[in-house]
Amino acid sequence: MSLLRLEGVGRRFGDGVTALAGVDLDVPAGAFVTLLGASGSGKTTLLRLIAGLDQPSDGRIVWAGDAAPTLGYVFQAPTLLPWATVAENVALPLTLAGRRDPEAVTAALAAVGLEGRAEARPRELSGGMQMRVSIARALVARPTLLLLDEPFAALDEITRDRLGVLLQRLWREQGLTIVFVTHSIPEAAYHASRAVVLDRAPGRVAATFDFAADRPRERTSPGYFAACADLAAALARTMAGAHEDA
Amino acid sequence: MLERLAPVAVTVALIALWEGLVRALAVDPFVLPAPSAIGAALVASAPSLLAALLHTLTITWIALALALPSGVGLAFLIHRSALAEAGILPIAVVLQATPVVAIAPIIIIWTGVDQPDRALVVIAWIVAFFPVLSTLLSALKAIDPALHDLFSLYGASGRARFVRLELPASLPALVSALKVASGLALIGAVVGEYAAGSGAAQGLAWRLIEAGNRLEIPTMFACLALLSALGLAQYALLGGLERWVLTRRGLAASRRPAGR
Ligand SMILES: Nc1ncnc2c1ncn2[C@@H]1O[C@H](COP(=O)(O)OP(=O)(O)OP(=O)(O)O)[C@@H](O)[C@H]1O
Ligand SMILES: [Mg+2]
Repeated sequence: MSLLRLEGVGRRFGDGVTALAGVDLDVPAGAFVTLLGASGSGKTTLLRLIAGLDQPSDGRIVWAGDAAPTLGYVFQAPTLLPWATVAENVALPLTLAGRRDPEAVTAALAAVGLEGRAEARPRELSGGMQMRVSIARALVARPTLLLLDEPFAALDEITRDRLGVLLQRLWREQGLTIVFVTHSIPEAAYHASRAVVLDRAPGRVAATFDFAADRPRERTSPGYFAACADLAAALARTMAGAHEDA
Repeated sequence: MLERLAPVAVTVALIALWEGLVRALAVDPFVLPAPSAIGAALVASAPSLLAALLHTLTITWIALALALPSGVGLAFLIHRSALAEAGILPIAVVLQATPVVAIAPIIIIWTGVDQPDRALVVIAWIVAFFPVLSTLLSALKAIDPALHDLFSLYGASGRARFVRLELPASLPALVSALKVASGLALIGAVVGEYAAGSGAAQGLAWRLIEAGNRLEIPTMFACLALLSALGLAQYALLGGLERWVLTRRGLAASRRPAGR
């Protein structure tokens, strides 16, 4: 069953830039959808449309229920309030909804392994920890759909792998649906139950791959390199002839 | 420590030099009175000078108290609405660009010649309000758009966005603006008293003019010294507030390396 479906979604900006054109995309409930595409292929635009931060100029977004479910959004940068404590930052979605739920905050911090740092300020944390705060904030309101826009792009490889494992675990334990934007083929192949490759501008779906959701997530698993190769080939096809304006 | 003592030492040395030169060269006290004579005048008319000081201080801080909410309010209005920006900002800029000395007489007429204090407050407010407005506007524009997205995503009301994002984000800028505005408000109050003229005003600037008319040169200098002290005290006070805010934010300049 699909949680949401994009039907012929397009987005043109005022200055004549067409970021997306005729995107058909199905996000099954409980899926881990990775969105892979060249820079400028409209990945962020797509995520913002799903989040309702922007409106499509064509097509429509159909939700399984009547309306969009509870959302969590992880931006590319941690995007924390520098003057607020970690706990206050994590609590923000609740606070803005007029709710107070210290237990949910504690649970979200525990889920990302930051239970000891509730009273710290963002500047006292490393980049990886700040990203974990940002993930905890996205989880605190118990979203059904979690959107992540290249969340680990600015992190070193070891931190990135650790957070990847953490995200996998959260997905399995909390029954989330995830849409995950990334530049990284290994990252997409590692996480995806469905991997979508976007064409270069104007973005549209170039290829879709489905993988077993419950496959072992070891880098040594037999399917892993094949998945990487498939995604790399699909991505390369979208890039054909694109070297001059990469 | 040495750095903190340096300005005090230099000031003391300059005053001593001044005193010594005036005595050695027997400078006419109508041209330049010795610091000791100024000090004596200060002590002699202390009660009335302090009353005048208090008066100027009151005008300045009433103007500041008005400049703060009006500057902040207008900045938010202009930031939220392009229409308000087009309508209000040019007027504010014109008001700022016109020398306040030139506007002062008109304001005095408008607020009633028999109500000089009102005019002083308005004049001081006009000069103090613009730095609050413009500093806050740039601080609001500098807020990370992703933070605004975050607030939109979680359905923040306009009020919540103001209280939880825009106000805290612009707080350091606001305190710096207040520091600048306090100096300008004092200048505004002084200029206003000059414009209000004869006998109507009761502040330090008026005492200064009056002392000049009576050729009480040491008293003139005493007024001047009090005005500088007032400006300095305000600046130090608000500078302290600024450092406190920045330190709490972890934004204060890191301590200088030892040995400097
Ligand atoms: N608000 C906007 N106004 C005008 N053009 C925009 C806007 N947002 C995005 N675009 C344009 O739309 C295209 C797609 O942008 P988008 O940010 O979605 O790409 P992306 O796939 O996320 O790229 P990257 O991998 O570099 O983050 C780009 O050409 C971009 O310049
Ligand atoms: Mg992007």
